[in-house]
Amino acid sequence: MTFSLFMQHIVNALSLGSLYALLAIGYTMVYGILRLINFAHGDIFMLGAYVAFYCTSLLLLPWWASLLIAIVFTSILGMGLERVAYAPLRDSPRISIMISAIGASFLLENLAVLIFGGRPKGVEVPEMMGKVLKLGSVSFLSVSLFIPIITVALLILLMWIVNGTKTGIAMRAVSTDIETARLMGVDVNRVISFTFGLGSLLAAFGGIMWSYKYPQLNPLMGVMPGLKCFIAAVIGGIGNIGGAVLGGFLLGVIEIMIVALFPTLSGYRDAFAFVLLIIVLLAKPTGLLGKRQAEKV
Amino acid sequence: MKLKQNQLYTVIALCVIALFVVVADHVFDPFILRVFNLCAIYIILALSLNLLNGFTGLFSLGHAGFMAVGAYVSALLTMSPQSKEMNYFLAPIVPILKNITIPFFPALIIAGLTSALVGFLIGAPILRLKDDYLAIATLGFSEIIRVVLTNLQTVTNGAQGLKGLPRFSTTYTVWGVAGLMVLFMVMLMRSSYGRAMKAVRDDDLAAEAMGINVFKTKVTAFTVSSFWAGVGGALLGHQITTIDPKMFTFSFTFNIVLIVVLGGTGSITGSVLAAILDTVLMEFLRFLDEPMDFLFIHTEGTPGLRMVVFSILLMVVVIFRQKGIMGGKEFSWDAVLNFRKKKAQNGQTDQDSPDKSSPKEGGRHA
Repeated sequence: MTFSLFMQHIVNALSLGSLYALLAIGYTMVYGILRLINFAHGDIFMLGAYVAFYCTSLLLLPWWASLLIAIVFTSILGMGLERVAYAPLRDSPRISIMISAIGASFLLENLAVLIFGGRPKGVEVPEMMGKVLKLGSVSFLSVSLFIPIITVALLILLMWIVNGTKTGIAMRAVSTDIETARLMGVDVNRVISFTFGLGSLLAAFGGIMWSYKYPQLNPLMGVMPGLKCFIAAVIGGIGNIGGAVLGGFLLGVIEIMIVALFPTLSGYRDAFAFVLLIIVLLAKPTGLLGKRQAEKV
Repeated sequence: MKLKQNQLYTVIALCVIALFVVVADHVFDPFILRVFNLCAIYIILALSLNLLNGFTGLFSLGHAGFMAVGAYVSALLTMSPQSKEMNYFLAPIVPILKNITIPFFPALIIAGLTSALVGFLIGAPILRLKDDYLAIATLGFSEIIRVVLTNLQTVTNGAQGLKGLPRFSTTYTVWGVAGLMVLFMVMLMRSSYGRAMKAVRDDDLAAEAMGINVFKTKVTAFTVSSFWAGVGGALLGHQITTIDPKMFTFSFTFNIVLIVVLGGTGSITGSVLAAILDTVLMEFLRFLDEPMDFLFIHTEGTPGLRMVVFSILLMVVVIFRQKGIMGGKEFSWDAVLNFRKKKAQNGQTDQDSPDKSSPKEGGRHA
């Protein structure tokens, strides 16, 4: 493999890893607070991409306006979803709420089939994102460069929210102990809503960027990335935002690099994440950055 | 005396069901008969998953993978060399498998055993994990199985799948196997193995302290469940006569999980009822996808509406009746008779038996 080809793969791996990281954060934040695998997260990712697509193609808005609308829309949707599907089950057994999450995911997918149609749609990539950049002998699409940059910017913003603001402190309190946080005067419902909104925002952003990088939409496009990103969150240590980012990047790099180095394995691409997951879980059951918890008896 | 009376009822009920199956086989038109047989297959699949999710407390999301293994093994063993040749046009089939054709029943058992072996090999390492981690790991394995099936072109014919499987799943076969499965589950739950599984579900530490080998119990449950999943998958393959890896995605597993939850985790009766309800409803709701005229409202055919309605129904059930139809209880003649007596007396307080505590679902702290 030549150096320039290798660099091309690295750029691809980084942008895919960033997208995975954006999505994985949503999973990890929700899991950290509610101990819930939000199966519908991947579908929110899909809806974000669709809303932006319709804003540009039907309403003829510029891409940044569509992006904003889609982000606001999906945040509201995420919060609404939590209210309708998860909040009534907060004190129920874990399995019920998990089933509800899977049900919500299927509902969103099927609604998308119903409303948008099952046929894949081609996305018109904005000029700024679709340019071919050349850096020496390495050439790549500008979107592959934008994605990691914007991701890092969003991560810094997120870190500030979680570590520097009052809401962030409340979020961390709720994820440590929901009851105690409530006793301390934290409005738990509001914090959970906020978390869902924030997670959905990142997912929508990831979805839109995904649709610029792989310009095709279909109602099931969120399923595989959704599963993989949950896995990324588990690999990194679920409940830990840094872990989700690490897991996302790791998964992106491994996926691209294995296919690049061993092209015969490309058919098995979707299985890498699961193999990696099982190896990590067996070696370190709480993930790479997860804290080992003693079991209470 | 009372026991004998109940046994008599059971025998009569079984005869009625058997008679119904025989009559159905002759009377129903092919489409309804297909749905009817599908019910039996779903009963097998639901019970095998309930053995894990409901009775042993292992939340598994990997059922489709084991079904796929069973379906493929049985298909490859029973298809004639000619029909294999027709299927494998992209790449020839491996020579060993080419000329094998064995009768259906041995193939069904081998399919189950292969699936059980896969279950054992997977279960042994990952059953150390708990709760959500286990769920995700089993889901992962099921996806890996699917990806492997898609890529082993010379063995499984890859993404093209296999067409023209012999239609061995007759009404008698599927309902016979389903009856066997129900009997097996009832006997298992009355045996010490079944009680050990329930003990592990309710509190694995206490079970361990009582001398139950928790890990062995879990692996046994996982293996047995995989066996039946393989058998169910094989029956399904021979019923619809076409299989491909796309059939066995997560949504298939989810459908089975849904049946188990709908019926009530840890209830054999519940799984049977819910399997029938789910299958019939799925087919019945098909009218939603077709154009319809309802009073003044005319809708074009909207493919997808059925699944939307179905997902909403599911969520409503989970949100408003979490325990499912049976809520962990089983059908018994005494309960039916008491219920009637109580109705006759009318005016009594609603329930005499205190609610059985629902199965433990793991604390909030994982």
